[in-house]
Amino acid sequence: MSDKVSPLRQPSGAPGITALSRELAGLIVEALNLEVAPGDIDPEASLYGEGLGLDSIDILEIALVVSKQYGVQLRADSEENVRIFGSLRQLAEYVTAHRTK
Amino acid sequence: MPIEASQFLADVARAAGALGDGHHVLNACADRYHFAVGLGASLLSGKVSLLPATRTAEVMRQLQAFAPDVVCLTDEADCDIALPRVRLPAAALPPASGREPAAKLAPIPQIDPAAHAAWVFTSGSTGAPVPHRKSFGRLIDCVREEARRLSLLDGRAHTIIATVPAQHMYGFESSVLAPLATGNAFCAERPFYPADIRSVLAAVPAPRVLISTPIHLRALLGSGLELPEVALTVSSTAPLAGSLAAEVEERLRTTLLEIYGSTETGEIATRRPTRETEWRLWPGVRLEPRGSETWAAGGHIEEPTRMWDVLEPAGGDRFLLHGRLADLVNIAGKRSSLAYLNHQLNAIPGVEDGAFFHAGASPGASRAAATHEPRVGACVVAPGLSAAQILAALRERIDPVFLPRPLLLVASLPRTPAGKLPQEALRALAASVS
Repeated sequence: MSDKVSPLRQPSGAPGITALSRELAGLIVEALNLEVAPGDIDPEASLYGEGLGLDSIDILEIALVVSKQYGVQLRADSEENVRIFGSLRQLAEYVTAHRTK
Repeated sequence: MPIEASQFLADVARAAGALGDGHHVLNACADRYHFAVGLGASLLSGKVSLLPATRTAEVMRQLQAFAPDVVCLTDEADCDIALPRVRLPAAALPPASGREPAAKLAPIPQIDPAAHAAWVFTSGSTGAPVPHRKSFGRLIDCVREEARRLSLLDGRAHTIIATVPAQHMYGFESSVLAPLATGNAFCAERPFYPADIRSVLAAVPAPRVLISTPIHLRALLGSGLELPEVALTVSSTAPLAGSLAAEVEERLRTTLLEIYGSTETGEIATRRPTRETEWRLWPGVRLEPRGSETWAAGGHIEEPTRMWDVLEPAGGDRFLLHGRLADLVNIAGKRSSLAYLNHQLNAIPGVEDGAFFHAGASPGASRAAATHEPRVGACVVAPGLSAAQILAALRERIDPVFLPRPLLLVASLPRTPAGKLPQEALRALAASVS
């Protein structure tokens, strides 16, 4: 291991992704009645389990919000599905690639 | 690719040889066909299937203490359940496409109705899961009546599609036992997202029967997707709001039935919510008031059982359902009690005092009427712990749907001079600090 401290790296992704992440955070907090401020959700943290602590009911709720807001229908049989809820940013990237509205 | 009965029997025979010498099988197969093969194999070899309500590390330890010879039957390569594991043999798995059907139908095995088919578990109130015995004959009696109510015996070949797992009592009865006992077909998939439900529905022949819950049905309608016609839709685990029931019937061009039951009793009543408010009991099943409690007994019920809902007899085989009892917690078809959750919370090292509360509607309110799935919250006195540490410890012990939302660290709980802890006081405390 290098003893040099590596500089903090800015998360990758277009500015549109960052804006959409923020928008999704707001929608998720509202839909799930979460006790956190949307701005406090780490866009890189897992939405499942130890991260935001969402469970499968929450995921279904988010799927509903995403279909209504962006016209994106999530599918469990797509290989991407495991990644989609890996983080807010990954969800935003998926929505960006598949949105119809 | 349909799987014929001959293939099923051949797969069951192969799987039976892989289960070892123990007498208990935790059937964790996620694929419904694999689950059915594991169930058949267990029945054939005289083993008892264990069906716990959840698979947290704590519950797995308790299961092993309950049945030290238990093996976990899995169809996944990366199963992480901490029990001795048996992989369903590859030879007993259905192929992705095409396989020669078995040459001829083997004789259908006869299972003794008195055979002990399964232990199902409820969470109890003191920390240890409470086992309930299920004999094969009574399970089959129960689902034969279900099949009559669902018109599965009208001579047509129905296909059952279920959004609930085979291991949940409702899914076990409706999506595995009922089709097996009545010569109907079921779908191996367990579709989750609305788009998945639609594609599975579209892939199977009519008449289709959809076994689901208010949560999945609400998401399905909310998706706005065009849906194939469904002959019959069944909802259970929680009351369905009247408006949602009517919308389901219209959008799916379907008849909607609700099933009422419990893990202990299995299914005991149905109603068609767009037409009637009263539930009709299974033949022979009766409700008995005992003081302020209601017990169910008779028919296929193994032992008289206290019911955890407020039930009002309405004459003959009819009753009205007025919601849950105050201590009961029912989220997404998973049942627990405040007493059990409190026990688990207070067993965490570092927690000095702690109590769960219903974080939303009052006990009598219809759950499905709320916009959000109701949750439980908790107030905790634990000076040395963070909320994240408490959540991590709870995650080991209780199902994720019961994790408190919100979880509030407080200096003391609002106990009355008599030491009681009113739910209202906990909710007020939570509202004041959040």
